[in-house]
Amino acid sequence: MGDVTTPLYGLLGFIILASIVAIETRDLLATVISVSAAGAGLAIIFLLLGAPDLAITAVVVEVVSMVLLIRVAIRRDDTTQDKARDMFNVAAGLVFLGLIIFVCVYAFRWMTPFGAPLMTVSRGYVEGSIAETGAANAVTGILLDYRAYDTLGEATVIFAGIVGAYAVLRRIGRRHDATARNDAHR
Amino acid sequence: MPRPGMTLIVKEVTKLVSGFIALYAAYIVLYGHLTPGGGFAGGVILACGFILIVLAFGRDFAAQVISDAGAKSWDTFGAMLFLLVALVGYRVGAFFSNFLPLRSNFRLVSAGAIPVSNIAIGIKVAACLLGVFLALSVYRAARAGGGEEEELHD
Repeated sequence: MGDVTTPLYGLLGFIILASIVAIETRDLLATVISVSAAGAGLAIIFLLLGAPDLAITAVVVEVVSMVLLIRVAIRRDDTTQDKARDMFNVAAGLVFLGLIIFVCVYAFRWMTPFGAPLMTVSRGYVEGSIAETGAANAVTGILLDYRAYDTLGEATVIFAGIVGAYAVLRRIGRRHDATARNDAHR
Repeated sequence: MPRPGMTLIVKEVTKLVSGFIALYAAYIVLYGHLTPGGGFAGGVILACGFILIVLAFGRDFAAQVISDAGAKSWDTFGAMLFLLVALVGYRVGAFFSNFLPLRSNFRLVSAGAIPVSNIAIGIKVAACLLGVFLALSVYRAARAGGGEEEELHD
């Protein structure tokens, strides 16, 4: 791997900038596009650090979520919101940001240098994954063999999420009070 | 009442590319144990293809390919298949033991049960994301009375 530090810092700055724009702008469409730009920057970072699996997943998830958000959240007549900023929220956010930075500065002294392996368990995975799992892609070998429990948990989380979405958004069984609810909201 | 879906240009482009999107998704899933990718990424790409069809042609046409209830069924099927792979592992030892022979490396049919798990996760994720999209866009349009989103009317 060549020297990726400089483009890495550039991309990190871009992500921070896009996130700030996403928070600060009053237009919902601009917010969604800024969040997607930040996600694209993250995908390029994964690619630079040599993780194409993560890069592919980040790109496609970013695309789907952008389509979903634009299709679902933006279909209103007025996409701008002009709510006044709550000063207590800003103050609380700044206080906790300062607290996090303070703790991070304290904690990062004990971190190993960037890229140095921290855990000894993963070394065994890297050395034995092809022979033990038979999968040439070591990432898949770890994901679906050594760490298959984690993947099952992930699948369960997604399943619970979609079941919750269906339960909240379903039509059947709640059509009776749907008109009253709409009248109350609009 | 305008015709459902987007303009002719979008429909024609969708006709051309949607098959290739599905093919690429199948490649990402089936070769997940050899090349970058896997069940999750391939499933999301497949869901992208379906979402493109829903957006371009409207909900009624897309319901002929895969319906709301179909998405739920495929979602459950993928989850159960993945769980089945885990449970069959009991036959050779423990939960999630690789029960198929590993074969030689770098071949398409290798790594035992890992490709089966990839396929199960791919089906599950694709149906799941399509279901979320249908639930968020179509249900909401139906509850709002159908007047707001004319191309997705029931």
